[in-house]
Formats: sequence, C-alpha cells, structure tokens
Amino acid sequence: MEEAIIIEKSVIIIAVFALTMLMAMYSTLAERKIAAWLQDRVGPNRAGKGGILQPLADGLKLFAKEEFVPNTPNKFLFFVGPAISMSMALMTSAVLPWGDKLHLFGRDIILQATDIDVALLYVFGVLSVSVYGIMIGGWASNNKFSLMSAMRAASQMISYEVAMGLSIIALIMMTGTLSIREIALGQNGMNWNVFYQPVGFLIFLICSFAEANRTPFDLAECEAELIGGYHTEYSSMKMGFYLFAEYAAMFISSTILAVLYFGAYNYPGMDWAEKNWGVNIANVIGIFVLFIKICFFIFFYMWVRWTIPRFRYDQLMRLGWKALIPLSIANIIITGIVMLLVD
Amino acid sequence: MAIETISLSGKKKEVSNKKMNFWESLYLIAIFKGLMITIKHLFKRKVTIKYPEQTRSLSPVYRGQHTLMRDDEGRERCTACGLCALSCPAEAITMKAAERKPEEKHLYREEKYAEIYEINMLRCIFCGLCEEACPKQAIYLTKSRTMVKAQTDREDFIYGKDKLVMPLDMAIKNTQNQAAN
Repeated sequence: MEEAIIIEKSVIIIAVFALTMLMAMYSTLAERKIAAWLQDRVGPNRAGKGGILQPLADGLKLFAKEEFVPNTPNKFLFFVGPAISMSMALMTSAVLPWGDKLHLFGRDIILQATDIDVALLYVFGVLSVSVYGIMIGGWASNNKFSLMSAMRAASQMISYEVAMGLSIIALIMMTGTLSIREIALGQNGMNWNVFYQPVGFLIFLICSFAEANRTPFDLAECEAELIGGYHTEYSSMKMGFYLFAEYAAMFISSTILAVLYFGAYNYPGMDWAEKNWGVNIANVIGIFVLFIKICFFIFFYMWVRWTIPRFRYDQLMRLGWKALIPLSIANIIITGIVMLLVD
Repeated sequence: MAIETISLSGKKKEVSNKKMNFWESLYLIAIFKGLMITIKHLFKRKVTIKYPEQTRSLSPVYRGQHTLMRDDEGRERCTACGLCALSCPAEAITMKAAERKPEEKHLYREEKYAEIYEINMLRCIFCGLCEEACPKQAIYLTKSRTMVKAQTDREDFIYGKDKLVMPLDMAIKNTQNQAAN
C-alpha cells in the first residue's frame, strides 16, 4: 500500500506542477491577447496559429539572452532571489484540492497533493516567504531603483497580508476548519462561501491583487519612476523566472479564490451526477468546473488591469491600513454576532 | 440667463467639487462601471489590417508610377512638346526632342519625338499635372502599387525612357483587347 500512495501522490504532484507551469505559460499569452482585445487590437498572432506558440517563442528568446550579473557583493543572493520567488509560487499548490476523489484501481484517490489540517496557515506562511524573493532580488541587485522598488513591494505585501489574514478569519470562524479540503467539501451544493461572506470575499480579492503585485497594485514595477522595478538588473532566464513566478502566483491565487469562496470543484447537481454517473465522472466534471472558475479569475485579473489605473503609494497604504483592516475586523465581529444569534 | 451657463452645443457640463457620499467614496460602483466599459471593447470589431496578408484598398484618385503611353499601333505618343515639363511644379521632368526619320514611322506617331525623357523620382510629387497638361495623352500616372525603390545612388532615381515607356507587349495586348470588344 505504501508504494501505491507514493506513486499516487507523485502523479498528482507532477500533474499539478505541469498544470501550473502550463497555465503560467499561457497566462502570458492570454495577458497579451486580452490586453490587445480590450484595447481594440489583435495581439500577437504570428507564432503559430493565432499566436498559440508565442509563449514558447518568448521562452526561447529569454534563454538566448545574455546572462548579465551586476557588480554586486551579493552574487549568491542575486541568484537566490528568483529561485525563492519561483519555488514559493509553486509550493502553495501542494495543499489545494483539485477535486474531491476518484475511484481507481479499487482505491479512493484524493485529488490533492497533501491534506494537512492547517493548510490555510501553510498557504499564508508560503505567501509571507514569497516577499523574500522580491526583497532579496532587489537588495542583491546593487541598484537603488531595484532596492526602492523592493521596499515598496515588500511593505505593500506585508500590509495587505494583514487584511488578507483578517478577512480569512471570518471564513475560518464560519467553517470551523483550517483544512482547505474540508472548506471545499463544506461548499457542496450551492453553499458557496461568497454568499455568506461577500465582504470577506471582496477584501480577500483586493488583497490577492496586492499580493500578486497586479494592477492597480503594481507599484513595484512603476516604469515611470523605478525603471523595471526590482528586476531591473535581471536578464535572461532569471528575469524569466520572476515574470513566470508572477504568473504562477496569479494562477495559484485564482485557485485559492475559487476554492475558498467560489465553491471549489462543486457545481449544482454534483450529488445527482455522483449518484447516476458514478464518482469518477462527477469528479472529472468537478475538475473542469474548478478550471473554468480559475480561468475566470485569471481573466478577471487581466480585465481589472486594463480598467483601473495604478494607485499612488500613499493611497495604497491608506486603503490597506485605514480601510481594509478596519473593514475586515468589523466583518469578523459581525460574523461572530450573526453566528451566535443563529445558534 | 447668465452668459456662463449658456451651452450652445448642449455638451457643456458644470464642474463640481461636491463631496462624495459614502457609496461613491468606496469607488466600487465606479469600478464596476469601468469594467463594463472595458468588457464592451473585448467584443468590438478590431480595426487592425493584418498587413502582409491584407492590404488597404487604394483611393479612387490614387496616382502611382508614370507611364508613357503607346497608341493602338504600338507607336509612342509623346511628341516632346515640353508642356509636361512646363507644368511640373517640382521641375522633375526633362526631355530632348529629335526628328523622326522616314524609316521610324512605325515607332513614333508624330514627326517629332522625345529622344531622352527623364523624370527625377526624388523631385516628383505625383501631383498629376503633367497628365493634365499633355495634349497628346502620352503621359499617365498609373494605379501601379510599385513604389520608387530605395537606391544608394542619386542617379538611379532618374527614370529614363527604359522605365517609363509602356512595354510593347502590353500595348499589343491592349490593342487586342480593344479589337475584341
């Protein structure tokens, strides 16, 4: 049985890894295509049919670029920065459920790399560490613009992590568990958490934008004032890693949004499908449903990017500390009162 | 009515700095409206012309490369009167006239012809005044899409009769087409 578990988990981990990479790759194309469409342009359409090979061309280009290392005393840190960014973006996916379970070879296979009971804490832990990727990269670049941008990014991410954590507390109070699998299971039917925690969802959504360094919170990459931001000095595949990590993080945070608030892999009529068509088919549909939700959120990220202009730094801090944190605390209190009243 | 408030176009809007109410200060409604505006553009027809595959259609008054016409017997029409050179605002046209010999009757329609006929393509502005001035309907600006090719030598931009005169087989084809109609 031990070998079976190892094989099963390896397959899931590799599949999730491949999926994350693929999604990150094609997010870059989707970003450019959607940006173009929203601006009444056509977008990249030369590489492959309709530009379908554009991510490969981009990757090839990045590999072919000169590997530039600035004159810095922290060469090791300069290499570690993008590596941290990338690995942290990928590590979060370990605790995310991609479906309930499949029944194959006489075994129930849980569609999750690992189901730890403090999964939400794990996610927040990994998110906190991902600040270091940017911070170390910006520090080791030995460039004042990189450093300033890294400081901005770090303070932004730390500020919004507070509001994010507080917004999730209301959800934890409601579901009574830290395990993401149980949260997903609890949303069976149409009991999506977004209907019970709309304010919490809104706060979480805004904070996700800030955590992923996406517009309107992309102060770290202010071209006008900070050149390229914290990856000014990076080139070739190290630069590619930063960009790629950003898209991987976007995919993961879309998944978290879908799993925590939008009913994960649940869809209306899942119980009926499970009864009539069997567990496997019901769950395969569930995986696709989750995928559609994730794609919607990725699209939403891009949609917002071309709608809202960037915040000024003081506006960003005011929104984070003076609006979102009090709001999420109020949300916790109100959730608590309502829970007591309902009981 | 005060003069400041009159709006003849009906588009004048009073600028107001009134304080936003609570819902407006959240910006959520404004952001939602903005999202609706951008999503509309997602479904709009794209105006891009994908150039190498698609080309823009020419304007009906497009004027391209010059040509010196032949008549329906294949003889050059130009009689080297110099009116085109005179009318040319850019002074791009020069020519040298010569007298037709009896054995050249099948080559030139009039008794005088242009021995040398040159247009300086660096000077030409494709205004078409030469075409208007020509009494013999010899010079025309065609609808040809070929542009003046880039060269490294200034002399190469001076197009002589070798480039300007309509090729003989084209003239023959034209005559045949006319006969068929």
